[in-house]
Amino acid sequence: MELTEVKGRIFDIQRFSVHDGPGIRSIVFLKGCRLRCRWCCNPESQEYDIQTMNKDGVIETVGRDVTVGEVMEEVEKDRIFYRRSGGGMTLSGGESMCQPDFAEALFMEAHERGINTAIETTACASAETVRRLVPHIDTVMMDIKHMNSEKHYTYTGQHNEKMLENAKLIADMSDNFIIRVPVIPTFNDTEEEIRAIAQFASRLRGVEQLHLLPYHAFGTDKYRWLGREYTLPEIEPPSNEHMERLLAVVNATGLHGQIGG
Amino acid sequence: MSWTFKGELPKSERIGLLIENLFRDQPQIEPDRALLITESYKATEGEPMITRRAKAFAHILKNIPITIRDHELVVGASSKAPRSCQTFPEYSWEWLESELETVGTRSADPFYVSEETKKALRGVHSYWKGKTSSERAFAYMAPEARQAIDHNIFTPGNYYYNGIGHVTVDYGKVLRVGFHGIRREAEAALAKCSVSDGDYNRRSAFLQAVILSCDAVCEYAARYAELAHMKAKSEPNAKRAAELEQIAKNCERVPAEGATSFYEACQSFWIVQLLVQVESSGHSISPGRFDQYMYPYYAADMAAGKITMEYAQELIDCVWIKLNDLNKVRDAASAEGFAGYSMFQNLICGGQDADGLDATNDLSFMCIEASRHVHLPQPSLSVRVWNGTPHEFLIKAAELTRTGIGLPAYYNDEVIIPQLLEHGETMEEARDYNIIGCVEPQSPHKTDGWHDAAFFNMCRPLELVFSSGVDQGVQIGPRTKPVSEMGSFEEFFAAYEEQMNYMIKLMVNADNAIDVAHAELCPLPFESCMVDDCIANGKSMQEGGARYNFTGPQGFGVANVADAMWAIKTLVFEQRKYSLSDFKDAMEHNYGQDMDAAWAQKLTATVVKELAEKGVSVDNAQIVQIYREIATNKATPDQKACYEKLLADIRALDKFGNDKPAIDAMARRAGYVYTRPLTQYTNPRGGVYQAGLYPVSANVPLGAQTGATPDGRLAFTPVADGVSPSAGSDVSGPTAAANSVSRLDHFICSNGTLYNMKFHPSALKGRAGLESFVALVRGYFDQKGSHMQFNVVSRDTLLDAQAHPENYKSLVVRVAGYSALFTTLSKSLQDDIIKRTEQGGF
Repeated sequence: MELTEVKGRIFDIQRFSVHDGPGIRSIVFLKGCRLRCRWCCNPESQEYDIQTMNKDGVIETVGRDVTVGEVMEEVEKDRIFYRRSGGGMTLSGGESMCQPDFAEALFMEAHERGINTAIETTACASAETVRRLVPHIDTVMMDIKHMNSEKHYTYTGQHNEKMLENAKLIADMSDNFIIRVPVIPTFNDTEEEIRAIAQFASRLRGVEQLHLLPYHAFGTDKYRWLGREYTLPEIEPPSNEHMERLLAVVNATGLHGQIGG
Repeated sequence: MSWTFKGELPKSERIGLLIENLFRDQPQIEPDRALLITESYKATEGEPMITRRAKAFAHILKNIPITIRDHELVVGASSKAPRSCQTFPEYSWEWLESELETVGTRSADPFYVSEETKKALRGVHSYWKGKTSSERAFAYMAPEARQAIDHNIFTPGNYYYNGIGHVTVDYGKVLRVGFHGIRREAEAALAKCSVSDGDYNRRSAFLQAVILSCDAVCEYAARYAELAHMKAKSEPNAKRAAELEQIAKNCERVPAEGATSFYEACQSFWIVQLLVQVESSGHSISPGRFDQYMYPYYAADMAAGKITMEYAQELIDCVWIKLNDLNKVRDAASAEGFAGYSMFQNLICGGQDADGLDATNDLSFMCIEASRHVHLPQPSLSVRVWNGTPHEFLIKAAELTRTGIGLPAYYNDEVIIPQLLEHGETMEEARDYNIIGCVEPQSPHKTDGWHDAAFFNMCRPLELVFSSGVDQGVQIGPRTKPVSEMGSFEEFFAAYEEQMNYMIKLMVNADNAIDVAHAELCPLPFESCMVDDCIANGKSMQEGGARYNFTGPQGFGVANVADAMWAIKTLVFEQRKYSLSDFKDAMEHNYGQDMDAAWAQKLTATVVKELAEKGVSVDNAQIVQIYREIATNKATPDQKACYEKLLADIRALDKFGNDKPAIDAMARRAGYVYTRPLTQYTNPRGGVYQAGLYPVSANVPLGAQTGATPDGRLAFTPVADGVSPSAGSDVSGPTAAANSVSRLDHFICSNGTLYNMKFHPSALKGRAGLESFVALVRGYFDQKGSHMQFNVVSRDTLLDAQAHPENYKSLVVRVAGYSALFTTLSKSLQDDIIKRTEQGGF
């Protein structure tokens, strides 16, 4: 089968993304994820099934099946802007590693056309999938949420061991590997918790950057639209001062930290 | 050329003080010029017009009050009070006479007028009856063209009532040889003439007028030298006294002689810039490539160790402030169209030199720095972008954009140079281009571009298709087939072309009438002596003396026409859900939306005229009755539901600005309907017409005279500005919008296109934000867009500024081809700016 004919399921393509990977990028959001992070701002991304959201009376279908060719047609539209900015295509989700055939075909087709590739991933996938995909990805941005596996399980529905193993695997294969940490008050926003992640990251081969992404509550409406409960207690986004303190903790490990993507 | 500029330069304390003085009071109208020109004209009746103009100019410069403001280093002001203005009755005065009592309190650009000034102006105005260029233009104009103006199809108001302006004179030549040098050039030309030459009489009159003007300018500068000297004597502060002595020395030398230092060059530049705007009321007197012609003086002083970069920056900042000291009163309607006291003095930096090498130098950076320091609307700062533009320079420009001042505007060498080549200019001339006024390219000091020749509302002929050329009961356009009988989209489109072609022809007639009037009554010897090849040709610019001559009226509403055509093609001729009559009916009822008083009045006029044509006479009481019926006769609930269904279906369609190639192709085609026919016409100066697609801010007031359109735009709301998508309809992000806009043919729009994009400040955060921004501009330009400008200010800020204008006196926003103080704009224009789609980063 031609790469362009490979099918997959996405729920959005977002153009002119300037905060996720280098330059101006188009983000393809793939549907389906193994994690159920309580703070997830894209809860409509979690189920693989096509869903409907009731946006206070307006019914919207979330998810559509597309071919790699169809995605590339949209991605190609900003090719000129990628070239000028060093940008390209980013796969996000959901977890794009849950659709390895589709993700691999997208990456390979993009490279075929000279388009830079990146992924935002939890790395919750088999080692085999990681080995298949990483050679076709120019920049890997991986989330690490917590070093304590039990707490990780409580807040995301998955233990962290496999992901941390995959992190080491990616580090061995990728030349451009960035660790990103969502900073969630009540979950992982103490200096100790951030330090533990940063120390782990600093020992990964080639990892130089760690991005701290402060929690925001922009996704809470979507839980209501999906008829779901938002299970995080009412928390405030972390203050700028606190983020600066955490940034200092990251930088102390020798990594180059930054706030925001 | 190379550059060393890095980082930022400090803003001196003086700059803050000068700005404070500038904004202390409301702008005023001062009577001196009007009195002096009237005096002079009375004394020269019967002489050749060019001679009378030169004598009047000299009389004004000899007697107009002169002022050196506190803290100034660069001097010369046309009004005693800062930011005030003189008037120009030789172009028109009736509007001012009738607005004298309201001009102080009107919403757009108010000017204070003292009782003495009112009296003085009323005293001289009567002299001008029958003598103005506007009356002469009216006399020349075809009746059907006047009718089209009355029906708001187009408006040539700018040049109808004012001077032409829109020029970049040869500042560099004045810096090199001074007015003594230009005088010698005119004398030499005169010496070559023989009294028996066929054109001797007119030629010699022009050259003598040039000589007289040069002398007048030198004497004017001498008055300043004397004043500075006197002030120095009585100045208690020794430092200021020394400054005043230096000012006196500068004015003794320049602009009579060539400049010998950067400071003298600044002073010389300013006198030229000021006096071109005293000779005539034309706006858009554009300094152009300031960073190029000033550079030799800067480089020499720096190399000799005579100045520091900081001091040079302070001088440039002072020039910038002076550019904001000039002002111009316009009639109430034009004030809406050019809102924000704008003078459109476009100054451009960067780009290529005549040899095609990158021209960016330290002054290019310092021009951007000056706008950052003064943070004022003038000059209309522009930057030229080409493939060789240094990245650091664009980052510096982007940093200024990020401040939200709406400056600079970005221009694409890769489109504009070929445009000028297409008009027969040489490669060297084309590479040396600059921008006039809003967005209009020309090669400097050799072009009479007539760039702002008229606003043409592309939506009005579309309305005429639905009424077979009838507007408010009058047949003003061709009697095209009733829409009910049209069987195909192409037939509909052809009817639109027919209406457009006819109206374009009338606009050309109107512009040419005005052109002749200016040549006959308002030739400008001073301006002309700094424009090639007026001296060699022996005639003024207005009489066709410039090397290149154009007339450039601008169309706007191309996005509305594109969306309208798309809606009709899709809903009427493809899906066959509605008929053209359904559209007509719904548009006449404003899609079932509320009927406001203005709309009801317009419909009443139509009904009354229709009755009159049928021979039914109506008295006033009946008119009131008809009006009441219309105003209260809202559509029946059933009708209203139908109209609203149609409106919803139109709104659900894809719109121009979202990277949909098929609609974008429609927009390109819609653009051609205006641009292609226009370029076949010629003007009285021996030049051709060239099209622009930009609105200044006229899309708001002229939209207020336009009924509902088939794109779902409601009656009297603003029309789309320039080549931008309709406000709020480009919802697919900035790259998608830019791709769409780039699909118009920018090459044929050699009078400029204008693309407005509004950014939320968050999109430009950090170095990464700047990089993405620069890449966006680059990406649009790679696709051969010609101009781009940005408003970077949050919606919340604008709403708050509307509610509390007192807190936002210095909030500068990009309006159209220029920036203006937000709080000085009318409410409806403010609303339009707030409504423009805000592009964020995701």
